Amino acid sequence: MTARDLIPIAVLTLLAALLPLVVTSSPVLNFLVFMLIVALGAQGWNILGGFGGQFSFGHAAFFGTGAYVTAILQLRYGVNAWAGLVLAVAAGAAVGWVIGFLSFRSGLRGSYFALVTLAFAEVFRILANAASFTGGAAGLLIKLDVHPANLQFADRAVFYWLVLALVAAVLLLTRWIQRSRFGAQLVAVRENEDAAKALGVNSLTVKLRAIALSGGVTALSGCLYAQYFLYIDANIAYGSWISVELLLAPIIGGVGTVFGPVVGALTLHGLGEVAKQFAGRIPGIDLIVFGGVLVLAVAFARGGILGLLERLRDRGRGMVTRGPKEVSHAGR
Amino acid sequence: MLAVDGVSKRFGGLMAVDSATLSLHPGGIVGLIGPNGAGKTTLFSMISGFVAPTDGRIRFEGTDITAEEPHRRAERGIGRTFQIVQPFAGLTVCENIAVGAYLRHAKRADATAKARDVARRVGLGAELDRPAGRLTVAGRKRLELARALATEPKLLLLDEVLAGLNPSEIRDIIPVIRGIRDEGVTILMIEHVMQAVMNLCERVYVLAQGRMIAEGPPAVVCADTRVIEAYLGHGAADRLKAEGAAHG
Repeated sequence: MTARDLIPIAVLTLLAALLPLVVTSSPVLNFLVFMLIVALGAQGWNILGGFGGQFSFGHAAFFGTGAYVTAILQLRYGVNAWAGLVLAVAAGAAVGWVIGFLSFRSGLRGSYFALVTLAFAEVFRILANAASFTGGAAGLLIKLDVHPANLQFADRAVFYWLVLALVAAVLLLTRWIQRSRFGAQLVAVRENEDAAKALGVNSLTVKLRAIALSGGVTALSGCLYAQYFLYIDANIAYGSWISVELLLAPIIGGVGTVFGPVVGALTLHGLGEVAKQFAGRIPGIDLIVFGGVLVLAVAFARGGILGLLERLRDRGRGMVTRGPKEVSHAGR
Repeated sequence: MLAVDGVSKRFGGLMAVDSATLSLHPGGIVGLIGPNGAGKTTLFSMISGFVAPTDGRIRFEGTDITAEEPHRRAERGIGRTFQIVQPFAGLTVCENIAVGAYLRHAKRADATAKARDVARRVGLGAELDRPAGRLTVAGRKRLELARALATEPKLLLLDEVLAGLNPSEIRDIIPVIRGIRDEGVTILMIEHVMQAVMNLCERVYVLAQGRMIAEGPPAVVCADTRVIEAYLGHGAADRLKAEGAAHG
């Protein structure tokens, strides 16, 4: 990675880190933390779905696993919250690897893979809802005990900085993937699996690595969710709402890009909040906005917001270099 | 180097390849010709590991590779191109070739350098940053060749890299293929363009209806009765001979 790869990440993270110094209102910080948790989970989805082209409809399976593992470890076994966080990530990666092994080894792709992931998430939701070990339908309440050692902070800003640091770390991870052999092979598998195999890419291994990484990152976001709101139940942790959020954000922001998931999460939740401010009395207005934004993105911005910006930039520059490109377009 | 021994492939009731045998020694260009539907591409797919043979064995440098995955064979040094080009359409030419180069070069800088080098050799040096999806047909054929070359193969399987090119494009690419051979890569090529086969191949195998019916230097094989009949139908060889006698 070169300085040019790192500077945008560093600058944006620093700017975002300054926000709590300006904004001190709790609802706004709440919104920002929630948005960043979604962005983090979406970054996980983007590793597998964006770079690997394996669209999962069931990333709740990883989000929920992260949330439940950290909650159960603390409540039932008295494990420290930070250790719980690490184990939650490991559990998410392991669940990812197993789901990947079962589905990729049998050659599932495209919509079949999407349906299988959806099924896994639903099975987990039903099991977590039924078993007393996971608190059943009543859910799990993590004990309020504000102390940094318990991953609970008196000041919301501290939690904000923690989530922000992790989002930045995953931005770096994603940038590294983009610049590495692993990333090149993953993208090759997305673009054309047979051609990749002919070039010596072990597509199964590459996809398994991607889904394990993806599961780990998304489990991290689930773990932070549980730690911030201190309550989870099956419909929150394994609910299809989170699967949808995690795939919408990258699609809106720009699939397979480093910043796409964060831009998408910010846009979606930003617009959702604005809509709630103006039409708060209509229940579900934010979901209507999500749907509208998705329709717009699919119809007019195939590469998401970042893809749209890039195209506009190219068009701006294109005044000089347009000639040969346009010819080749016409030739197609 | 490569020994294909009595390999067969059955698709349901169709015997696509029927106990074909073929052997290659290091160096040189060997052709695989035959009428459409003879099973040439199926045989290629079995050598490169994309299709499992129903029967028979394939050995590469003395090792039995019949059951190995395609990527393992690529690691061993078997490169292939696809008859229907399979570019990574969303990537640039350079990124496309780099995927192949990554097989032997773990670092991005090395793989990219290798990709640029290979691109220049096949005549894609000026198109490195172009999206592969925007290349012309000839460009895509060159890209197939470049990607396979970037894996630094010992054996290169070329599946109709000249098909769909015009005569001047064919003239341009023939020296490229010869150059690859001169660097010590063994080449097995499926080709319909007979001018190129005559020009490039020291030896050709002829496959018809799944069976290997002839083998030898191109000029000899083209005069072979069985080969003429495989292409032109039963009795064609006699008719040609009779016509030849009448005109002579």
